[in-house]
Amino acid sequence: MKGKIRVKDAYGRWEETTLKSTLKRSPERKESFKTTSDIVLKRLYTPLDVEGSDYLEEVGFPGEYPFTRGVQPTMYRGKHWTMRQYAGFATAEETNQRYHYLLNHGQTGLSVAFDLPTQIGYDSDHPLCIGEVGKCGVAIDSLADMEILFDGIPLDKVSTSMTINATAAMLLAMYIAVAEKQGVAMDQLRGTIQNDILKEYAARGTYIYPPQESMRIITDIFFFCKDHLPQWNTISISGYHIREAGSSAVQEVAFTLANGIAYVEAAIEAGMDVDSFAGRLSFFFGAHNNFLEEIAKFRAARRMWARIMRERFGAQKPSSWMLRFHTQTAGCTLTAQQPDNNVVRVAFQALAAVLGGTQSLHTNSRDEAFALPSEESVAIALRTQQIIAHESGVVEIIDPLGGSYALEALTQEIEERATEYVKKIDERGGAIKAIEAGFMQKEIATSAYQYQRDIEEKNKIIVGLNEFATEEAPFTNILKISPDIERYQRQKLGKVRGQRDALKVQDALKALRKAAQGTENLMPYILEAVKSYVTLGEIADCLREVFGEYKERTTIT
Amino acid sequence: MGERKIRVLVAKPGLDGHDRGAKVIARALRDAGMEVIYTGIRQTPEQIAATAIQEGVDVVGLSCLSGAHNQLFPEVVKLLREKGGDDILIVCGGIIPYDDIPLLKEAGIREVFQPGTTTQEIIAFIKTQVERHD
Repeated sequence: MKGKIRVKDAYGRWEETTLKSTLKRSPERKESFKTTSDIVLKRLYTPLDVEGSDYLEEVGFPGEYPFTRGVQPTMYRGKHWTMRQYAGFATAEETNQRYHYLLNHGQTGLSVAFDLPTQIGYDSDHPLCIGEVGKCGVAIDSLADMEILFDGIPLDKVSTSMTINATAAMLLAMYIAVAEKQGVAMDQLRGTIQNDILKEYAARGTYIYPPQESMRIITDIFFFCKDHLPQWNTISISGYHIREAGSSAVQEVAFTLANGIAYVEAAIEAGMDVDSFAGRLSFFFGAHNNFLEEIAKFRAARRMWARIMRERFGAQKPSSWMLRFHTQTAGCTLTAQQPDNNVVRVAFQALAAVLGGTQSLHTNSRDEAFALPSEESVAIALRTQQIIAHESGVVEIIDPLGGSYALEALTQEIEERATEYVKKIDERGGAIKAIEAGFMQKEIATSAYQYQRDIEEKNKIIVGLNEFATEEAPFTNILKISPDIERYQRQKLGKVRGQRDALKVQDALKALRKAAQGTENLMPYILEAVKSYVTLGEIADCLREVFGEYKERTTIT
Repeated sequence: MGERKIRVLVAKPGLDGHDRGAKVIARALRDAGMEVIYTGIRQTPEQIAATAIQEGVDVVGLSCLSGAHNQLFPEVVKLLREKGGDDILIVCGGIIPYDDIPLLKEAGIREVFQPGTTTQEIIAFIKTQVERHD
């Protein structure tokens, strides 16, 4: 106590003397310094800023509640994070080659990017897919494509993350079927499906069915995985896309955890015991530019989720309290101007993710403001992670910035502000209602607009864009997807349709329709269908007929 | 002459759901005094052309980040021309490789705005083009 009084007195003296005379001579660059979440930063943080905080309650030890310092007791001293580059383009054949390339360069897990038709449940020959086939991910129409995608990749050895939401059940089923052909049992499979439909309504747009029906598919997956895929992450509750759509760091945490609460509630309502599924929930955040705010964000999210799970849902198992997360550096921060600068941006963002205790990481490539990354650019992005892991030394101490007055104060501030937001969403009846009413969407759009204004008014400097700009030659060394892909993919699809057992297809779809109309778990039926080479579009359509489709109401904020 | 507001349709053709940019542009144009309609995501070229004609817009702004622009944007132009919207100014933005720009301009897209373009530049461009036309 005496010490604190001494610090307070000394701080007052410093302000009155040393600081004041300097400020008089030369004022600071700005009247106030703010983070993206509008948190006003003090010029200096001292022991006084963490005075009211109980170390054991708020910070604690790694691997223990509330996990502020990390989910594992040894963190990166035990094992580095999984280096997982999100990749997929054109056909399964070409993407399979890229996977082998990445694994040969030391990548430690796979992450599949699917094209939009696959994500929205259309076969490649659907009229709405013109121009989209194989463009922002790999085209998968049936199990035949999935077999090619993982050709020569032992599924008992790698872990695979799949960015797939509305059609997650179908792609998971195909993955299981491919593994079976390799002789790998379901319970050996490790990986993640994104399976987070709520943020699709709020920010990303690849929804198909209305919210209630989508939540049913998701809880069916939770049930199925609990019984058959105990090592699988059944969902990756994603703030990344919320942030990319323009939210602040605080909104990213708040909306993600609010969505998380909705999934937990849905599963409990479906009859699951919280501790039977909570340990397989995983999360996904962005790593944006503001270095300290981002590190604080990860720590705050971890602490908040632990409290939500223990206090709100009464979870008993420590694994149910843990927020394990993947990070991707923020795509929206990449500039088309002076693209090599992006390498540096990505390095700082990746470092923030590591200092924030991420479990896996994707680093963006410098050329992604133009197109999907070239092989050369992806290699630099992966090397960036390897340099942090092997050269920077930050991995040798657990949560090395923990205890910093500034970081602990920021962590607390983000938790407080995000908790306020979660309360607002609770008052609106929870995340689903808040999304249906457009609440999250409006908040995100308002922040996005403000961000753009700040850049245009130079309140925010983006190097090479609104300051230090130069005349430059167009950047043209990029990955190109041939328009022939579409034709090739359609031919392959036609062949599959021609060669499969038509009767089996009919039966599988009939059984699935019946299950969808009732309350049975859909997963076994979907698995049966994909094994009979029923296409993704056919399965999605079958469920469209029963469930209907979601239509968004759009407004300009 | 009475002040007629410039009418703009901001549209998202194709399956791409990334509409942060489209929404920011829509709001900036509205704040600049234009009348703005935003279609929402997942619109077909037919729907976009029909809305543009029905709403009597002066400008159509297309946004696509999925890589389908080479197929979708020229299709919108073609349909607009077929439906009598010859005078409509068509501009676009998104993730558009430099090499694709000549093709899009040849197809009738007046300007391709790259990432980093300010809303003020877009507003100025639209105003100049639409006024010149009047």
